[in-house]
Amino acid sequence: MKKTMIGNHAASWGAQLSRVQVIAAYPITPQTLIVEKLSEIVADGELDAKFIKVESEHSAMSACIGASATGARAYTATSAQGLALMHEMLHWAALARLPIVMTNVNRAMAPGWSIWADQNDSLSQRDTGMMHIFASSSQDILDSTIISYKVSEQVLLPTLISFDAFFLSHTMEVVDMPPITDVDKFLPPYNPEYKLDVNNPRSFGALTSEEHYYEFRYKMQNAMDDAVGLIKKEGREFEKLTGRYYDLVHSYKCEDADLIFVTSGTIAETTNVAVDELRKDGKKVGNLKIRVIRPYPKQDILKAVKNCSKIAVIDRNISCGYHGIFAQELKGALYNESDIPVWGYLAGIGGRDVKVDDIKEIADETFKSKKPVDMIMKGVKI
Amino acid sequence: MLIKFRTDKKGVKISGAKDMPPMPASLGLMNWNKTSSWRNLKPIIDYEKCIDCFICWKFCPEPAIKIVDERPVIDYDFCKGCMLCAEECPKDAIATEVEGK
Ligand code: SF4
Ligand code: SF4
Repeated sequence: MKKTMIGNHAASWGAQLSRVQVIAAYPITPQTLIVEKLSEIVADGELDAKFIKVESEHSAMSACIGASATGARAYTATSAQGLALMHEMLHWAALARLPIVMTNVNRAMAPGWSIWADQNDSLSQRDTGMMHIFASSSQDILDSTIISYKVSEQVLLPTLISFDAFFLSHTMEVVDMPPITDVDKFLPPYNPEYKLDVNNPRSFGALTSEEHYYEFRYKMQNAMDDAVGLIKKEGREFEKLTGRYYDLVHSYKCEDADLIFVTSGTIAETTNVAVDELRKDGKKVGNLKIRVIRPYPKQDILKAVKNCSKIAVIDRNISCGYHGIFAQELKGALYNESDIPVWGYLAGIGGRDVKVDDIKEIADETFKSKKPVDMIMKGVKI
Repeated sequence: MLIKFRTDKKGVKISGAKDMPPMPASLGLMNWNKTSSWRNLKPIIDYEKCIDCFICWKFCPEPAIKIVDERPVIDYDFCKGCMLCAEECPKDAIATEVEGK
């Protein structure tokens, strides 16, 4: 069934179709309309779930951890400062190997207080051990929620689905909602081997000496490695039901491109349009959208860029003191494997609009430039 | 306990990733998870001086002092060497030894 909805509501319906059993959320700013809609869905009896209103985002994730440990499918959503407050418990969820799926609306960190798009909030959670997806359309948000439960519950790692504030969260798109009977076929109920159970008491997460801690990290790393294949496999299963496929990276006209853009989120969609226009002008460009940043799809990236001679990364984030985070990661992936030069561009920080013309300008600049640059802060007013 | 142990080629008891659950589950049973490796100082009760007042038993934060046959007995698998017992003993009946000497 096709419906017009804002990106926030695509996340809510994604959770509803996944039949989440526990939703824990802090209801006030920086919360979004995601949980407001979910509370209506639960109140209207369209989803059989327990909705827990908590006093902070830290508590929201804690409640999800408790719920997930008992074997329930748990969900939460937040944004920016709220995600930062969750930080401690994100590590906990990952190391406790709880397959919680959560949504984060990528908003610029305060101060100055902002409700506009910027990826620094979720990229600050990069090393928590969660899988991390950047959705680039409302359809992607809804579908990713369903697929993520399937993957998370197999590898026992939580997933963080992020998407750009405003451009996605508050604009309407047509979203195809798969019938719940199809989703049920794809996503079976969650039934973990290890769970809190009064009939079979166990302790979870207690003191772990140096004799075993390292091995838990080893197992987590293996789970991330397994997730790469599983995201593809479950993506294909999902495609059979819906005709839509989601990979870790999506390459657009990269095969014969001289210059490849590396992008994420909504900038990736704008870049596809720019690629078409640049191609009309005879410029051989392509776009590689990074959809999943953890597990990092290194092999997919190497394969996609292998024929190009230049790469331009566009980052809507900055690790102050160094440079754009996607650019850092990409250069790390290429090192020892390839000598394709990389230009790093910052654009769209704090929600500033990134237009097709901006991307065409980046293309011109990179084509002309002889020497790669770590970071070019596009459009900053000095 | 969810962690299994096996014996390696040299006959040493080990447990590795494949013997463990994915998450730290049921590791918290302290009778298995021996915590004495971090002890630097070792308390030793002199039973000649000891008057069985059990102040040490009360103060030991672990608790690693047990009462066995009406006498205080230190469980060295869990004693972390904080020496609170020696500090509190009214009879100075607990001596301090340096570990690993
Ligand atoms: S040294 Fe500390 S831990 Fe050990 S027996 Fe004395 S009080 Fe208990
Ligand atoms: S505090 Fe001293 S005297 Fe009292 S029981 Fe312990 S060792 Fe004995």
